[in-house]
Amino acid sequence: MSTLSDNVLHGDPGIEAHPPHREVHAAGVAATQTIFEKGRAGRRAFTCPELDVPAAEGLLPGAFRRAEPARLPEVSEPELVRHYVNLSKRNFDLDSGFYPLGSCTMKHNPRLHERVAALPGHARLHPLQTPKRAQGALELMHRLEHALGEIAGLPHVSLQPSAGSHGELLGVLLTRAYHEDRGETRTKVLAPDTSHGTNPATVTMAGYELVKVGTNPDGGVDLDDLRAKAAPDVACLMLTNPNTLGIFDPNIEEISRIVHDAGATLYYDGANLNAVMGHSRPGDMGFDIVHFNLHKSFTQPHGGGGPGAGPIAVSERIAPYLPHPVVVRREDGSFDLDQDRPKSIGRLRGFQGNYGVFVRSYAYICSLGAEGLKDASTTAVLNANYLLARLRSLVGEHLPLAFGERCMHEFVLSGAPMKKDLGIRTLDLAKRLLDHGFHPPTVYFPLLVDEALLIEPTETETKETLDAFAEAIAAIVREAAQDPSVARDAPYTTPVRRLDEAAAAKRPVIRQPL
Amino acid sequence: MSRYTTTTASDLAEMLEAIGVASLEQLFDEQVPAGVRLGRELDLPPGLPEQDVYAHLRDLAARNTSAEDEISFLGAGMYDHYVPAVIDMLTSRSEFLTPYTPYQPEISQGGLQVMFEYQTAISELTALPVSNASVYEGPSAVASAGYLAKLANGKGRFVVSAGLHPHSRETLATYAHGFGTEIAEVPLRDGITDPEAWAAAIDADTSAVFFAQPNFYGAVEDAAALAAAAKDSPAVVVAQVDPLTLGILKPPGECGVDVAVGEGQSLGNRLDFGGPSFGFFAATEAYLRRMPGRIAGETTDVEGRRGFVLTLQTREQHIRREKATSNICTAQALNALAGVVYLSWLGRRGLVELGELLLQRTHYAREALAALDGVAKLHDQPVVREFALKLDEDLDVARVVDRCQDAGVHPGLALDGNVLLVALTEQRSRADIDRLAEVLAAAVAEQRAGSPVAA
Repeated sequence: MSTLSDNVLHGDPGIEAHPPHREVHAAGVAATQTIFEKGRAGRRAFTCPELDVPAAEGLLPGAFRRAEPARLPEVSEPELVRHYVNLSKRNFDLDSGFYPLGSCTMKHNPRLHERVAALPGHARLHPLQTPKRAQGALELMHRLEHALGEIAGLPHVSLQPSAGSHGELLGVLLTRAYHEDRGETRTKVLAPDTSHGTNPATVTMAGYELVKVGTNPDGGVDLDDLRAKAAPDVACLMLTNPNTLGIFDPNIEEISRIVHDAGATLYYDGANLNAVMGHSRPGDMGFDIVHFNLHKSFTQPHGGGGPGAGPIAVSERIAPYLPHPVVVRREDGSFDLDQDRPKSIGRLRGFQGNYGVFVRSYAYICSLGAEGLKDASTTAVLNANYLLARLRSLVGEHLPLAFGERCMHEFVLSGAPMKKDLGIRTLDLAKRLLDHGFHPPTVYFPLLVDEALLIEPTETETKETLDAFAEAIAAIVREAAQDPSVARDAPYTTPVRRLDEAAAAKRPVIRQPL
Repeated sequence: MSRYTTTTASDLAEMLEAIGVASLEQLFDEQVPAGVRLGRELDLPPGLPEQDVYAHLRDLAARNTSAEDEISFLGAGMYDHYVPAVIDMLTSRSEFLTPYTPYQPEISQGGLQVMFEYQTAISELTALPVSNASVYEGPSAVASAGYLAKLANGKGRFVVSAGLHPHSRETLATYAHGFGTEIAEVPLRDGITDPEAWAAAIDADTSAVFFAQPNFYGAVEDAAALAAAAKDSPAVVVAQVDPLTLGILKPPGECGVDVAVGEGQSLGNRLDFGGPSFGFFAATEAYLRRMPGRIAGETTDVEGRRGFVLTLQTREQHIRREKATSNICTAQALNALAGVVYLSWLGRRGLVELGELLLQRTHYAREALAALDGVAKLHDQPVVREFALKLDEDLDVARVVDRCQDAGVHPGLALDGNVLLVALTEQRSRADIDRLAEVLAAAVAEQRAGSPVAA
């Protein structure tokens, strides 16, 4: 059976290398058997320690006892290892190939970080250990908070949120606390129509009404629309800058003035921070609250959908409401957790946050330093503009840039002309890219661009990789001009081909029948 | 160029030419207004070679007292269970460690099938038919269940047992203040949720009821009775359950619980000073389309082969935006992988055996410690992996804990009211328990004597 890794390792961009085929893999059936369909009664991977205390009877009333054991798998360790190793081979991953998924910042994950996070002093530290016996961890958190505050240009940091959307929720709840403390009742939150889906979802969760702000022809916030909507009942504007079109809003100072004149807070969605580290700081742009995605700009591996971490940095006026506990440095130089925060909004989760993620991101900041962080953003912007230039020269006619001339760390192409002229959609292009050994860009987002492709190459890719990717897209476009059905039926070389998502949603099967 | 970037001088020249700019600065000058440019270097230390970063992080680690360094009976939500080697090996594989959320199912079958298997395992554990593919962690999972109830029935008040973990109660309160649901707390009596106060608190305006099994003080609640009390109300019955006890405790789905959530750390995840771990979220069929987060589903490809996809995505923020059932995007996929590998490693019989072992050792430890001078049980309810002790009024529990730690044993969490919360795992043997009894007795005696006593 040809595995994904083979395709990636031998990722020949030439289409001839991957002719359409309809061979069913011999190992196909076993490959999709779940762990629950494997094994035999009596097999095991776990040896339970002997009972070393006197056996007592009747410790648990029968009414509270489980009658039938949970039908968990019964497998030996070799079966367990083989099952999951084989499953892993049915995944594409960043270590194997280019992953230009826009707004996700799929940059290299340094392996040092896994090693230091696994040190027992970090990995086996209990979250309720007495602070005086967790001084290393508290110092690490304190140092990370300081670094993030400096990068954001906002001095007060909470590391607690578990991911970007959790940081957003915290940010909007802090906004609520701030207004309530001033005796003001505000009911609306503004967000541009280009925003990440997490922004509007957060607004509703935090008990506000969403009001959408339009986008001007240059891809920035429509200032007239913003002025019209920035009313006294508006609590906050949530903005990403550069936005999801990869455009740094040239009117950011004016936007900040309008929002602050209305008495509202300005919230920075840090998903795109990788464009501006060391160049421009959200705090200096006028933002009151910023969230970071440590799994984006700060190299926490994405893990197939987490874990991440979503710390926030805030201005002086928001600081009193930050969640507790807060890491503080006492006068004797020791570190402590401060629970005594009378205006705090409370907690967003258990304990102190995703410390294992903090270890990795802190190690990254130590490795790069001020200069390296700035270089990372510079190179991310360089790579994006270079890839954009390559694609414009190769396929600009079919896949034009949606807005503007330049971009920051990512850019959006429209597949509308390609669809009209060549008869293949952005989805088909994305699926055909799989046969070339590349992860496709983000597709059909942002919503205001027809047939959108959102491309973020990141700073850790070589020029050779960017060239190969551009060539692959050009090859697919040329191929479509000859025979659009090839892309329409793609992919061919993946472990499975296009899947019936409609059927999955119509009659959901979400667990193994046992 | 740092060690993670690759642009050589000749690359740069070619790239700038292709772009049509003279310099890197021009890219920023053209796009970022001068008024918001930093105009100086970040005030951070210079970068370090890999070996120096390693040494620095190792030095910080060495200043922590971990469960490697002392005999620890700390629990209260996270537990020092053994993490099998297969988990380290599988979670460090690039193919699981480095992909994003599986938006392209054709090249993500491994991760999607893991989610499907994880959902199956959580459904089996909880005896509830619907599970998502993970949420952040325990307390925020409780709060997410609150939001589910808010969207499902819009009633005005949550009824919360004082036996729910304090972090869960606080997190629920933080979220609920945002979406506008009031909270009424029901006290404990004899170590468990006061059944009369509980029943009296539930009415036609109750949106959801929340309790923990076992509760924060280790007591096994009468879950079926707590759920039954809400039967004639609109309330969603939410239980925070400890997954490691579900080998021996009656599962929430057989107790009338609608939504079971909890902290998954016990299942193959490290302590990591509190995270990352994962939260699980399981429910009855009625809440399938109100679930937060990712759900993997089975389907077929164009050639009829079995495959897996993210499904029911019209619940989610990237499709439904302000009408989504949750704002969650990145969750805890890698930690959930550790969870399902752990449950497969334990297996059908192993989970029961582990539960029985902890039941016996917990009983042994509770009796041994409660027999000490100055120490008593906080309550007499059945306990399965954790229990609470009360020290006599003249003692200071925080000082007792500190003295025990000086002797190399962390006796558990000091709580208000001179209470000590003691947790067991399979890594704490009878010899460890006996040592704890010895050290605790000495710490108590020392405090009473006002001078050190050898332990």
